[in-house]
Amino acid sequence: MIDKFVGSVAEAMAGIKDGSTVLVAGFAQVGEPRALIDGLIDTGARDLTVVHNTAGRGQEGVAKLIGEGRVRKIVCSFARSRGSVLFEEVYARGAIELEIVPQGTLAERLRAGGAGIPAFFTPTGAGTKLAEGKETRVINGRDCILEHAIIGDVALVEAWKADRWGNLVYRDSGRNFNPVMAAAAALTIVQTQHVTELGALSPEGIVTPGLYVDRIVHIEAEPPLKTLV
Amino acid sequence: MAEAQAWRPLDRNALAARVARDIPEGWSVNLGIGIPTLVGNHVPPEREVIFHSENGIIGMGPGPSQENINRWLINASSQYVTLRTGASYVSHSDSFALVRGGHLDLCVLGAFQVAENGDLANWARSEDDNAPAIGGAMDLAVGAKRIWIVMEHTTRNGESRLLRRCTYPLTAPRCVKRVYTELAVLDVTPQGFGVIDMVPGMTLAELQQRTGADLSQA
Repeated sequence: MIDKFVGSVAEAMAGIKDGSTVLVAGFAQVGEPRALIDGLIDTGARDLTVVHNTAGRGQEGVAKLIGEGRVRKIVCSFARSRGSVLFEEVYARGAIELEIVPQGTLAERLRAGGAGIPAFFTPTGAGTKLAEGKETRVINGRDCILEHAIIGDVALVEAWKADRWGNLVYRDSGRNFNPVMAAAAALTIVQTQHVTELGALSPEGIVTPGLYVDRIVHIEAEPPLKTLV
Repeated sequence: MAEAQAWRPLDRNALAARVARDIPEGWSVNLGIGIPTLVGNHVPPEREVIFHSENGIIGMGPGPSQENINRWLINASSQYVTLRTGASYVSHSDSFALVRGGHLDLCVLGAFQVAENGDLANWARSEDDNAPAIGGAMDLAVGAKRIWIVMEHTTRNGESRLLRRCTYPLTAPRCVKRVYTELAVLDVTPQGFGVIDMVPGMTLAELQQRTGADLSQA
């Protein structure tokens, strides 16, 4: 019998090594696997590369991980936004490396990672500062730059419902980066708001098939709180 | 003192309404942060325009009343929104595949500067700003079928935001089709900025005086 549920966050996070690349899903406060991020902080893992849409907000989640000096490099589309105080402080003293990526290129690099495409050409960023140092090619008359896939050692994902195979559905705009990150890591860890019986989710409605998922922990999280952008 | 001016600039809402007037039924549209977001309020609900949000919403509706807030439903500016009947959700990768694949009829963005060749600068104010916010602007700028810019005609210091060439780092080269300011509507043409509309009482000479590139009457 396949059963990917584990009993605790600590069990879900077992084996995450220093130096890992960790994909953290969520967009603003919605769809963010907050309990798993706290669990990652508790493991003590350091020297991490974190891939997330932002460099964190406020004092919690990814911001806290950065503030504790555990992140060597952040890969994101929004580094400086209102409330990214912990990142600002760590960045100002040169203690973190930053890779800024256009949001669509970030999503596509992750998609490519999950789909076995090592790199691709895109016009996004061509002719801008972000093209510096990247291979450029004219394709169909358009300047394009080479972008490489992102593959995580670990992905942290938040689902609305999960069954024991790891089939997932998401709630409203909580889907965001979750499905693409779930597919792009060697070890995909999910926190789910609800647990459903195998067979209860409609085959047409399953967004992430369970074969992308390794471990699931049941967390009844509070509704997402509005935070600064 | 300058002579009394015969014209008045549009305020933010009037400017948003001016843009909304030009969006026809059936278009798929992404609205950027700031005045572009206000444009949605001025498209009447009976005109079916499909609003897209980068975080995976196709068919976004206006903001909810306080008691109807769904805390799982936000737009790319992190504001609570609603869905129109017929809406759907997609993942971030599908959302940007839609953007980058040319499936948006229009994206309305804010800007710091626009050049007469259509170059757009809207993400960093200097070459040494090493940690700015790009978000989805570069993807939208190269992916949408049309890029319209809504911005103030000049900076607070009175410098034109419409220029021969941008001085700030580019978001994308040669992508802007049209610019809406509180003073005028201008198309980017092979010959530079062509004025297609001005606020009542404004003359081309007065507009030219406030613009850092040559204008022609389109």
